[in-house]
Amino acid sequence: MNHDNYPDNYIRGILNTVKTIAMVGISPKENRPSYFAFKYLLERGYHMIPVNPGQAGKSILNQTVYARLSDIPEPVDMVDIFRASEHVLPVVEEALKLQPKPQVIWMQLTIRNEEAARLAEAEGLKVVMNRCPKIEYGRLSSEISWMGVNSRTLSSRRAQNLGTGVQRMSLGATNKKGDN
Amino acid sequence: MPDAERTPGFATLSIHAGAKPDPTTGARVTPIYQTTSFVFDDVDHAAALFGLQTFGNIYTRIGNPTCAVLEERVAALEGGTAGLAVASGHAAQVIVLHALMTPGDEFVASKKLYGGSINQFNHSFKNFGWNVVWADPDDLASFEKAVSSKTKCIFIESIANPGGVITDIEAISKIARKAGVPLIVDNTLATPYLCKPIDYGADIIVHSLTKFLGGHGNSIGGLIVDGGTFNWSRDKKYPMLSEPRPEYQGIILHETFGNFAFAIACRVLGLRDLGPALSPFNAFLVITGIETLPLRMQRHCDNTLAVAEWLSKRPEVAWVSYPGLPGDKYHKLAKKYSPKGAGAVFTFGLKGGYDAGVKLVSNVKLFSHLANIGDTRSLIIHPASTTHRQLSDAQKVQAGAGPDVVRLSVGLEDPEDIIADLELGLKAK
Repeated sequence: MNHDNYPDNYIRGILNTVKTIAMVGISPKENRPSYFAFKYLLERGYHMIPVNPGQAGKSILNQTVYARLSDIPEPVDMVDIFRASEHVLPVVEEALKLQPKPQVIWMQLTIRNEEAARLAEAEGLKVVMNRCPKIEYGRLSSEISWMGVNSRTLSSRRAQNLGTGVQRMSLGATNKKGDN
Repeated sequence: MPDAERTPGFATLSIHAGAKPDPTTGARVTPIYQTTSFVFDDVDHAAALFGLQTFGNIYTRIGNPTCAVLEERVAALEGGTAGLAVASGHAAQVIVLHALMTPGDEFVASKKLYGGSINQFNHSFKNFGWNVVWADPDDLASFEKAVSSKTKCIFIESIANPGGVITDIEAISKIARKAGVPLIVDNTLATPYLCKPIDYGADIIVHSLTKFLGGHGNSIGGLIVDGGTFNWSRDKKYPMLSEPRPEYQGIILHETFGNFAFAIACRVLGLRDLGPALSPFNAFLVITGIETLPLRMQRHCDNTLAVAEWLSKRPEVAWVSYPGLPGDKYHKLAKKYSPKGAGAVFTFGLKGGYDAGVKLVSNVKLFSHLANIGDTRSLIIHPASTTHRQLSDAQKVQAGAGPDVVRLSVGLEDPEDIIADLELGLKAK
């Protein structure tokens, strides 16, 4: 995988497939980007699990916070990492020990760790680095176009409503199994 | 539709970028969302929208789905990350500088600019404590000399109005990089069909949509494009982007929105609070205009070259300043930055001076005597008696608008008819 330029169908395939997302390093503060992304993905129907040792046992947006990935009592499809690049490797190593293994390791905007990416890819996981799933969902669903953002997508088909509110769009039925 | 690997061409983007069929009705052409406001799903949704936690529409002063299509369209054509539509090109400049400047700051600007921009910078912006320092695009060292520790940005036009000056964008972008400030390029006269300044190091693009993008002389509008290229968090120079914002519960915009944070700052801090929103109806007209931008711009350029060549052989004409002409001072720069044509606006000088200029504009019948440029119709003006009247004589000459100067904006009519009309005006007693 070229981690500088992901095909849209690779990202769309991930966001259309995963259901349970553990977010490592989420902040309980309402004005932090991790809180924004967590809340947005929760509202788009993902089962979101917050992971933050300092907040363990508390809840964020009514979701119980766990100290570490291995404490989560259910399978996780994707691990979304909000930690500085140099702290990513131990998180990925821990994720790879989960049973069953997650399908996707996602590192947030500005976060890259090539070694961790190679490790996860060697185990058959999909990896995304230096991207935000909220922005990517917004881009591929066309929601972000309302903000004048260049979605870099063209289509002669209309965007589909998610069905849970007027201003919430889905990723669309086309390419549902979209793959690289 | 185009797969992820395929980058659509310019003509395809001109028609399709930003404009998927309407999600609710399936309308294929972008509807005019002539509404002030948008209902919330519930209280939480409203809170999320106001807190910038989700994407969506609240109120047309902050954003509107018709305007958003225009924003994405121009951002895609320029190769930027996001756009923001505003009420005019002048409003775009206010909003951009508002996001960058605090009172007492300086910005460096080319002295060869549209006369309206020169007025805005010299007077209105000085009242805000935003101090312009002028530099000469023909003397690149003057830009380096003009930079100080207070400089927050550099402002140039790609093709300058009215003189047909082509600015060396790449050279000035290097000066901006070295100074650690963004380069803002007004790309109104070139449009992205002729020149994409982001490819040469520009960080922010501003447009008057009123001109070639709209192209039909029917709507005033402006647009800002975020190039997504500038690192706003490198130092504390740009607190609108790099510091917690009290307007939004302490959000840091650059950290939250990444490479389109500048466009968001212009929208949620500038447009929201200063208020120059574009009407959705105007946005609709400009979107329709842009669909034919590549066809129109090429015809504008072809007609203009024919007119400039003809004028350069006339006995009444002292000089023609059109970078499309071989031998023009800016021809080499035009070949680099605007190879498909040097635009449709240029000036020429009449041997008969001020009086000959007045006589010409008074005797043409096809050309319209008015202050705009970038219309399907051919337009003519004598800047010294109109657009540049408020400048001093020295400033007029500096801006390429001396007493003998006539400016043309060549339209899309048959070139034979355009030339015949000028001949009529030149021969009139």
